[in-house]
Amino acid sequence: MRLVLVGTSHHHAPVELRERVAFGKDEIHAVAERLGAAVCLSTCNRTELYVETEDVESAEKRCVEVLAELEPALYRLHDEAAALHLFRVAAGLDSLVPGEGEILGQVRAAHEAGTGGGLIDRVFRHALHAGRKVRAQTAIGESPASVSSAAAALAEQVFGDLAGCTVLLVGAGKVSDQASRNLRSRGAHIAFVADSKTDRARIEEELARADVVVSSTSASGYVLDAPTVERARRGRQLLLVDLAVPRDLDPAIHELDGCYLYDIDDLEAIVAETLAGRRSEAERAEAIVASEAEKFHEWQASLDVVPAIASLRARAEEIREEELAKAEAFLERLDDGQRRAVEAITAQIVNKLLHLPTIRLKQAAAAADGVIYADAVRHLFGLGEDDD
Amino acid sequence: MAELLFWPALLLYGEAAVGYLGDVRRPGMAGRAATWGVRLGWLVQTALLVVQASRDDGFPWGTWAASLNLFVWFVVAAYLIWGCRRPYRLLGLAVMPLAAALLVVARVGGGTGAGTHSQYSNLFLVLHVGLVLAAFAGFTLAAALSALYLWQERRLKRRESTILRRPAPSLAVLDRLAARTVLVSVPALSLGIGVGIVRLLDRGDRVDAVVVTTLVTWAVWTSYLLVRAAGWSGRRAAYLALAGFALVVVVRLALPATHFA
Repeated sequence: MRLVLVGTSHHHAPVELRERVAFGKDEIHAVAERLGAAVCLSTCNRTELYVETEDVESAEKRCVEVLAELEPALYRLHDEAAALHLFRVAAGLDSLVPGEGEILGQVRAAHEAGTGGGLIDRVFRHALHAGRKVRAQTAIGESPASVSSAAAALAEQVFGDLAGCTVLLVGAGKVSDQASRNLRSRGAHIAFVADSKTDRARIEEELARADVVVSSTSASGYVLDAPTVERARRGRQLLLVDLAVPRDLDPAIHELDGCYLYDIDDLEAIVAETLAGRRSEAERAEAIVASEAEKFHEWQASLDVVPAIASLRARAEEIREEELAKAEAFLERLDDGQRRAVEAITAQIVNKLLHLPTIRLKQAAAAADGVIYADAVRHLFGLGEDDD
Repeated sequence: MAELLFWPALLLYGEAAVGYLGDVRRPGMAGRAATWGVRLGWLVQTALLVVQASRDDGFPWGTWAASLNLFVWFVVAAYLIWGCRRPYRLLGLAVMPLAAALLVVARVGGGTGAGTHSQYSNLFLVLHVGLVLAAFAGFTLAAALSALYLWQERRLKRRESTILRRPAPSLAVLDRLAARTVLVSVPALSLGIGVGIVRLLDRGDRVDAVVVTTLVTWAVWTSYLLVRAAGWSGRRAAYLALAGFALVVVVRLALPATHFA
């Protein structure tokens, strides 16, 4: 069986092209069914079709039909290269932001919606294992990769668990909205959203209850100054995130004891640093992925010699049973214990004799000589000749 | 036997100290190896203490050096409660070099061998030395947590760009854990001092410098709890904890020579 991959990603096609072949959750199963034993992985950054087949050309053709609109931007990979690519994808190494965590769930969902056979099932399981291992053994996915998630992660650095934390949003905007979603997903409670019509007294009132303030108005002056914050917070710790340009929050607030004010430049510097960290962790992740891909290759190669090993063992067992049958007249005189001992000894002799050839065959398979050795074993032991 | 156990314990604590240092530079394998160093080292030291207890006639940690050995065991045990979790590996960087160094001092002072004879009764020493040392170990951990709090707060105030790349436990968690540790340690110290005073009165002994400094230490840590109840937290509480720890160091290292004489 061969593994074929045809697809495109953010490396090869802009979003205007990718969106033409983006499949929803309910469509990926239908696409996989159309291709036979297959998995369709479709995310905002990629659409890839993995097919298990004996006929590579025909499988590629069917995949290209599905992704016809992207023909010039498609890549085609086979067998080990396709498996390695999937492992890198699952580990987040092929993502726009190295190590992003969502992709592992997307690979799992695609696998579950697929119609894969033995090989494709195995390669996806192994890819998911590689992805989990990379996340467990490296810090590639631990640091935030956007300004909004950095704001939420900073809040966790101050307050720990955000469940029970109260957030005051001043103004609205795309980044502010993302920040509030990030905070909410970590358990924080968005208590109040102030806009340009909200009077200052109300903002001060809400400030007294807030643990986190996210501000992003288009006001020309400061929305909150240091004396106001000092008066309102009553000694409690406060994290203030100023996403506005010009800034909404008086920089002097940061000088107050227990107040931590971060503006957009501070957050961008943090994100740049964490991305640099992700890139350095990516080197370690690549090594893990390469090692897992090698293990998969060994497993796949061992498939070439498995039938030969099975035939050899069956033949040896057959000979053992025949010889014991010939000696039945002698064995009849033995008691049950002695008979069991003879059975055990002969079985042990067979196992010991076949142990090394089995190991060597598997090693040869991993080194790409498997088929030659398997043929030699079949020839030397006359395996399969009786069937002809 | 006790001698044989000392070296692996020291080696493992040393490995943990180096491992935590490596973890700061490159988080991952070094940190995990360090955590295993702490766990195994603590188990080996436990075995060392068991051997000492089984070989000695009476309470084996009645000398200054031997009590230091027991103190190290308490400190590492207290650290192990949180130290296995990743954000607290930074704490190991403060605790483990200290533990390794103090274990060496304990050995130099003859506190890691077996076969000594104590002049005090077992019950008195178990209660007095055991409780005081356990409390001091708790204060040491609380001080380490407070130091970590101040360091983390400084990073937040400086808006360090590496703050999320090398995350530490949150300020709220550090503050809370330090307070809880002190809350457990102060009653232990109170009981330990109480037992000591009862015996002092019973024997008509004089109050020495260690007793006075220990009482001052108790007063500082008790006031820590009182001011926290009154609303102190964060930086001010952390500084008070460090002041209390300075007294622990004085009692533990500088003055015991007179108390044990």
